[in-house]
Order: sequence, then structure tokens, then C-alpha cells
Amino acid sequence: MPLKTEPITINVGPQHPSTHGVFRMRVTFDGEEVIDVEPIFGYLHRGSEKLAESRTYTQIVTLTDRMDYVASMTNNMSFILSVEKLAGIVPPPRGVWLRMIAAELQRIASHLVATGFFLQDLGALGTPLILMMRERETILELFERLCGARITNSYMRPGGVFMDAPDDFWPALNRFLSDMPHRIDEYEDLISGNEIVAARCDGVAVVDSQTLIDASVTGPMLRASGIDWDLRHRQPYEYYNRVKFNRPLATTSDNYARYIVRIHEMRESLGIIKQCLEQIEPGPVRPETVPALIRPPAGDSYVGTECPKGELGFYLVSDGGVAPYRCKVRAPSLINLTLLREMLIGDKLADLFVTFGSIDINMGEVDR
Amino acid sequence: MIYGLGLAKGMGVTLKTLLGPSFTVQYPDRRVGIMGAAKAAGISTPGLIFKRPVKALRAVLGFERIAVMPTQAARFRGNEFTWYEDRCTGCASCAKYCPLGIIKIVTAPGGINMQEGESYAIETFDIDTGRCMFCALCVEACPYDALHMGSEFERGNYVRMDLVLTKEDLIAAPKRPSTWFRPQMEESAYSPFAETLEDMKQAGRHETPSVEQLTKRWVEDRRTDESVED
Repeated sequence: MPLKTEPITINVGPQHPSTHGVFRMRVTFDGEEVIDVEPIFGYLHRGSEKLAESRTYTQIVTLTDRMDYVASMTNNMSFILSVEKLAGIVPPPRGVWLRMIAAELQRIASHLVATGFFLQDLGALGTPLILMMRERETILELFERLCGARITNSYMRPGGVFMDAPDDFWPALNRFLSDMPHRIDEYEDLISGNEIVAARCDGVAVVDSQTLIDASVTGPMLRASGIDWDLRHRQPYEYYNRVKFNRPLATTSDNYARYIVRIHEMRESLGIIKQCLEQIEPGPVRPETVPALIRPPAGDSYVGTECPKGELGFYLVSDGGVAPYRCKVRAPSLINLTLLREMLIGDKLADLFVTFGSIDINMGEVDR
Repeated sequence: MIYGLGLAKGMGVTLKTLLGPSFTVQYPDRRVGIMGAAKAAGISTPGLIFKRPVKALRAVLGFERIAVMPTQAARFRGNEFTWYEDRCTGCASCAKYCPLGIIKIVTAPGGINMQEGESYAIETFDIDTGRCMFCALCVEACPYDALHMGSEFERGNYVRMDLVLTKEDLIAAPKRPSTWFRPQMEESAYSPFAETLEDMKQAGRHETPSVEQLTKRWVEDRRTDESVED
């Protein structure tokens, strides 16, 4: 005689350590199986888009730091590119290379956090997360040398970066570049071949590529389903057309695929930084003609950039004043989160947080 | 593929890390053994045992602690702003540039600026660090190099009003400016953790380095990088 169960609704969050911020899910279970998920968010809403309307373009850079706070550099870059397009500012080459180096370092740091917490959700308490935090710490120390802050960098300015890198940055970066490939090998030894990880992740939360495209999901989540969509390659911004890199793809579109894509992307980022170091030339990092108060001509601009989590774009409307008339952020975390329900239905309770961690969202960016 | 090989491989990494050096940074102090205590006291280990047996015993039992300062970069944007009063003209560029509007400046005519001559006398110069986010845009805006970021970070307080840095606080504070947006300090090999710059002349003036200077520096960097790799 089969065991009779009846649906039970559980509130997960908003104050829950595994929801990576203040996020709430109203989950309905049938026994151990998820039959319905309702994501509820907005607890971390700070009104960044509205605040941007009363700040000058340089001041908004500090707001972008606080959107996706584990990937501040890429946020800065995305916003700055949009302002430069709006105001017609051409950055000098050295400024662009420095921005690319910073952004790729940030991509590695963000993927380390994503993978580490994904494994933490999986039950691998301690080892992988601490090992990944160790390498992230090295990157944060590099950022501290570069711009004096570890998380809220505010490194970039319209027209380049605020200042050239200090002399002690380059040897430290070289040490990191020679050290990091071994560290990634270590992670692969530790996790990639692990039978428990495979048993827990293979074939869990599979989404087909058409659903992902229909929901306009971007980033590693889309590439894990085999679709070669990387804005650095498709719509090159900065100098990404001058560097060569592969786009790591996976085909299974499950939790394991999302993990392995991120691991491979870290290697590609290291390659990009090495190519940047080969091509960077001395010179100014910021044009002297850019005024302190930028008054772009009336118009609008949108630049999408490939951030660690997906396509991040800033849509700016200017009315000719010192502050934007409207600022709209296309946040990858929010859009990637929309498929949570489709991914979770039919899964078990234990896979709930694993799947949630594999999407790699950041509540600061979801709610803004 | 044998089942369990991946697990064994992962366990190997764990064991390797277990036997490797620890990367945890103890803060604000760490435990030291008898040798560490002797080194911190500046005497030899037998000297410590004979001269200060209580301290030596404490160290053996693991009660002896020494203070640790975490490593910080010279550009670290810290608390405790460094402000040179004689340089400030009261132009309030910093207050206008601040995204949060937390700098309050009140001026009166009849002041003297050491570099620009006649200027405004500063009556109030308050920075509410309780709301400050240390973006350092005020430092970037200062045209006279009067305001610098500090290097301190231990500024915990029980009273919120104590977080407001007044003019008197800023004058009395130790002058350890951060090298953030001040290339002249980076070139003079100044370290905010080793020395203070009480005189404003020591802090120098911000000048954008020329392309020749940048080229020279960059070439020398590359040379040192290659020697490191060798």
C-alpha cells in the first residue's frame, strides 16, 4: 500500500543562510518532491536606479559597486561603457587594458564565490569553499593595491580608470597568474571527479536550451546548455576583439554543467589577463579633456557586457544635464532567477538549494 | 574507471592542504610559543627563561599573545581623513563631489592659504564618517591636495555622534595619508604604516606624470618582472 502524503507549504527565507541574501521562496512539497515554488524578492531594494537620477555620472559609479557586490569591477565597467557611449568619450588604450585586467580578475573572483557556495549548498562544508576563498583573498588584495578597496572598488571613471596601477601591483599579479592554474587543478582534483558530486548534480535541474532562450537567460547558465553566447565574443566591447579566448560550453544543462563551465571560464580569464599584459603599453589612463561634471548630449545609450553572472547592461537616458534622466539596469541575476520554478519542480528537497546555488545570483543585484 | 577514485583524489588534496602552511590571518593578536615570545620581547630564548620566567611559562602554556597588524596596501582608503588646514581654501569642492553630501563646510572671509594667498577662513569642517562609504571622490576633487584618505580602520564607537570628524579632530589626528590618488607619494616610496607626514610640504603636490615618466616606469617594471620569473 503506497504511503499517502499531502502537500505542505514551507517558507524558506528571507533570513536563511542558504538563500545567499534576503530571498524568500514559498515552496510546496509533496512528500519530498517539490511541486510548486514561488520566489518572493525585494527585501534588499535600495532604489539604486532612482538614486542614480539625482547623482552625477561619476558619483553613480559608487552605486554600481553595491549592486552585485561580489563583482564590482564588472559592474563599474558596464556602467562606464554606457556613459562613454552616451557622452562620446574615447578612453586611452592603457585605461582600457587596465579595465579589462580588473574585470577578468573580478570574473575569477566571482566564479570562485559561485562555485564555493554552490558546493557549500551541496553539503561540502568547509574544504572547497575555504580553498576558493583563499584564492579570492589574493584577488581582493590585488584590488586593494590597485584601488584601495577590496569590495566596493569604484576603480573606473568615464574615460578610463582613476589612476595607473602602482608599481607593486605587477609583480603581485604575475605571482597570482603563475600560481592560479595549479589552484584550479586542485579544485578539479577535489571536485570534478568526485562521485558524490556527480551523483548529486548529474541530471538535476535540467532546463532545455529553448526555455533558457525564451526566458532571456544569459551567462554561464546559458552556455551550460550548449549555446555559444558570450557578449565578449558576439558584440566585442573594450578590446576583447584583440584577445583570443575559448568559450567553454557544456551540453547537459544540469547543475554539474553549470559548475564545470565556471571552472573552465576561470582558466580562460587567466589567459585573457596574460594577453592583456602582453599588449598593454605605457601611456595615460584617463583623457585630460574629460570634465569633472560630464554633461552628455540628450539621447540614450545601452551597452551590454558579459559579467560573471550574465549580460549586465545599463540603459541611460540623458536630457543634457549632469545627472541621467533615467537609468535602467538589466540585471542578469534577476533574469536568471525567473527560471527557478521550472528548474525546481519535480526535484527533491535536498536539491532545492543546490539548484539555487548553481544559478549564481546575488541579491544585491536582483533587488538593486 | 574505478568507483571511488575521485573521492580518493579529493582526499589527497585535503591531506595536502592539511599538511601545508596555514593561510589564516589571526587578528587582532595571535598566540606565540616561547621562541616567538622571546623574539617579540627582543631577547634570546634562554634570556627570556632566566630573566622573565613568568612570561616564559605563560608562553609555554599558550597564554602569551602578540598583536598582529593585517597587511594593508598603501592606497587603502581608510578612516581618519588626513587634512592639512593651511592648504585648504574652503572651496568646498569635496562637499560638492561627495555622493552622500556628508561634508559640511562653513567659511568666513579673511583666511590665508599657504599656497594660494588670500582665501576663506574655515570655521567648520565636519565629515560624518558614520555615513561615509569611503569612495574617496572628495580626495579626487580636492584641487589643493589638502584632503587625503587616512590609513586607519579601527574606529569602532559606542556613540554615533563620535563618528563625525570635526575640524579639531582632523587637526589632532595623526597624519598618515593614504597614497590614493596621490602619485607623488607613491613615487617618494612613502609608506603610511611606517611614517607620518605632519608637514604639508612632505605630502607634496599632485602632478599628472608625463608619458616619458610613465614609459620609464613601465620599462623598469617589466625588467623586474622578468628577474622575478627567472
